[in-house]
Amino acid sequence: MLEELGTNDQGDMIINVGPQHPSTHGVLHLVITLHGETVKKVEPHLGYIHRSIEKMSESLSYRQFSYVTSRMDYLSSHINNHACALAVEKGLQLEIPGRAQYIRVILDELTRIASHQLWWGALAMDLGAFTPFFYSFREREMINEVMEETCGARLTMNYIVPGGVMFDLHPDFQKKVKIFLAEFKSKIHEYNELVTGNIIFQNRTKGVGYISKENAISYGMTGPSGRGSGFKCDVRKLHPYELYDQLKFEEITEEGGDAFARYMVRIREMEQSMNIIEQLIDNIPEGDFQAKTKAVLKLPKGDFYSRVETARGELGVYIVSEGGTTPYRIKYRSPGFSNLSALNDLAVGGKLGDLMATMGTLDLVIPDIDR
Amino acid sequence: MFSLEKLVSIIQAWLQSTLRDPWAYVVVCVMVGVAAIALFAILGLMLVYMERKVAAHMQIRLGPNRVGPMGLFQTTADTLKLVMKEGLTPDGADKFLFNLAPFMVMIAAMLILAPIAFAKNFQIWDISIGVLYVAAVSSVAVIGILMAGWSSNNKYSLLGAMRSAAQIVSYELSAGLSILAIVILSGSLKISDIINSQADGWWIIKGHIPVIIAFIVFIIAVTAETNRAPFDLAEAESELTAGFHTEYSGMKFALFFLAEYINIFIGCAIGATIFLGGWMPFHIGNWEAFNHVMDFIPSSLWFIGKTVFLIFLIMWFRWTFPRLRVDQLLNLEWKYLLPISMVNLLVVTLMAIMGWHL
Repeated sequence: MLEELGTNDQGDMIINVGPQHPSTHGVLHLVITLHGETVKKVEPHLGYIHRSIEKMSESLSYRQFSYVTSRMDYLSSHINNHACALAVEKGLQLEIPGRAQYIRVILDELTRIASHQLWWGALAMDLGAFTPFFYSFREREMINEVMEETCGARLTMNYIVPGGVMFDLHPDFQKKVKIFLAEFKSKIHEYNELVTGNIIFQNRTKGVGYISKENAISYGMTGPSGRGSGFKCDVRKLHPYELYDQLKFEEITEEGGDAFARYMVRIREMEQSMNIIEQLIDNIPEGDFQAKTKAVLKLPKGDFYSRVETARGELGVYIVSEGGTTPYRIKYRSPGFSNLSALNDLAVGGKLGDLMATMGTLDLVIPDIDR
Repeated sequence: MFSLEKLVSIIQAWLQSTLRDPWAYVVVCVMVGVAAIALFAILGLMLVYMERKVAAHMQIRLGPNRVGPMGLFQTTADTLKLVMKEGLTPDGADKFLFNLAPFMVMIAAMLILAPIAFAKNFQIWDISIGVLYVAAVSSVAVIGILMAGWSSNNKYSLLGAMRSAAQIVSYELSAGLSILAIVILSGSLKISDIINSQADGWWIIKGHIPVIIAFIVFIIAVTAETNRAPFDLAEAESELTAGFHTEYSGMKFALFFLAEYINIFIGCAIGATIFLGGWMPFHIGNWEAFNHVMDFIPSSLWFIGKTVFLIFLIMWFRWTFPRLRVDQLLNLEWKYLLPISMVNLLVVTLMAIMGWHL
């Protein structure tokens, strides 16, 4: 398996990228076969950050198990919690108060923006430009402050719980979100000037890491990575949950199928997310923020599946219940795992530098892949 | 008025009056050597500090501000740390080459200091083939980099070294050709002659568009030759972790790091000398009063100011642009810069023959 000796019989160089490497953004281990600078094969090795979240969840109650999902895709922890809450609510057949739905959707979209901002900075850093990273953090900080006020956390939120949200909003929430929206509208223009329009950036990403729509579908690529190949896979449109069927927003797709198309999908998605928040932020209804539930939740016998659109693609939560207070089995369908599976197809034939652009635009979060 | 020229002549007169001739030269050699090494250390420290401050301001940060006033001693503290660190040699490395490589890079950088005119009549060695010497010695550094990459017994290092070699060898060409443009205009390879030919105006101003093109090509080539972003493929952090110096630690790493900054300084000093007039003050035609005020600024300040401006330019590139890919890097040189500078050289030659630049 691991050809540690360094070369194979065709004289190609075999190089281990990771588990500790600046651009794998986590503990991903890639065994790359290089012919000169040209990539001939990429073989990802997983498991360095496997915490057996699915198995652990079997001994956690229905109120508790969503807490560990914040540690899966830590950049969209709200959305992960949301998926878990939706599955449990499906089992309990709970009606969620309108206020809670509004709060959930706004926070989901804020999370999506924050995640894309971080991705934008990290991608630029993978391509050798350091400055965008700091710019993206400047705006992300505003979202993080809103999050901190709302749920007391900045990364692992655990705010969306079965039945609604954990507490009511902070009084400053609407004001601060509006300030952020006004500020970020002009800043996204700055992002485009600094990176999108840059000729070096365009040369580095256009035509790099190409995947056709058919292949993207067969690999199960979802989220912006799938939509970059023209695959309409937005769960918010296909299987609307919460308020998404009442909202006006565009499903962003690009036909390019290359790194630049995936980049543009995410940039345009940030604008759409702002658009969604703008529709909701002034109309948050008064009322309860949580439905009345029993202290100990018990799901009826059966299996329940919920799917949401995280910043990286489709997250599925599959709960098998035996009727007890803990799930019998939990399975997560994480977007990062399927997106990573396409990496070999995307990277072969490109240069070593292209591999970084490809991985950057797949937007991999390793704890999401390993769970 | 402060002048390095006077300082030099005072020291020289004093030495010649107190010591016999061969001994005076020995003492002068030792003094120059000590001064060069001291300059190295100071330049390295100041440029690293400058880089960090420039980067910080471009990235909405403050940069180092804890050690000493405005963080001035931060780089000193870093150097002390590096000196005290253990210099590891990896298993399976070619020990002799591994230890020699940083010194090769350093010596190459040090040798180019010789013909640079830091101020009026303040120059270590005004060699008659000055520009040629600079071009020749600056390409020695690539041997050191190749050595480092090969002897480390690390695949990242090897890839970095190969990239670096391809890059430096190709960008030498356009750097050389753009320097040649000025050599043709000034009619001499000697650094002091090139500076004196700019007494009535810097080449960038009186050389019209062809010299401006040569200047742009030169700046790009210098950025590439010093392995700086957007051409930092040799040490591309996100691809090769640290490229050719992945396995180096402690003082050996510091030597590579220092050599990078010295090379930037030298590249920019050469650029300032041949395009921006070196220590020549800025003069406008027959504005007597203005020219007199400009003359009052010491020549060393003119030189340092121009060099620092060019260094700032190169730092600005680094913190703005993404990195090129290796094939794009070579395409840029062989398909664009080289043809452009060749045609440009022809235009400059024509200009020199017709006397349009006067």
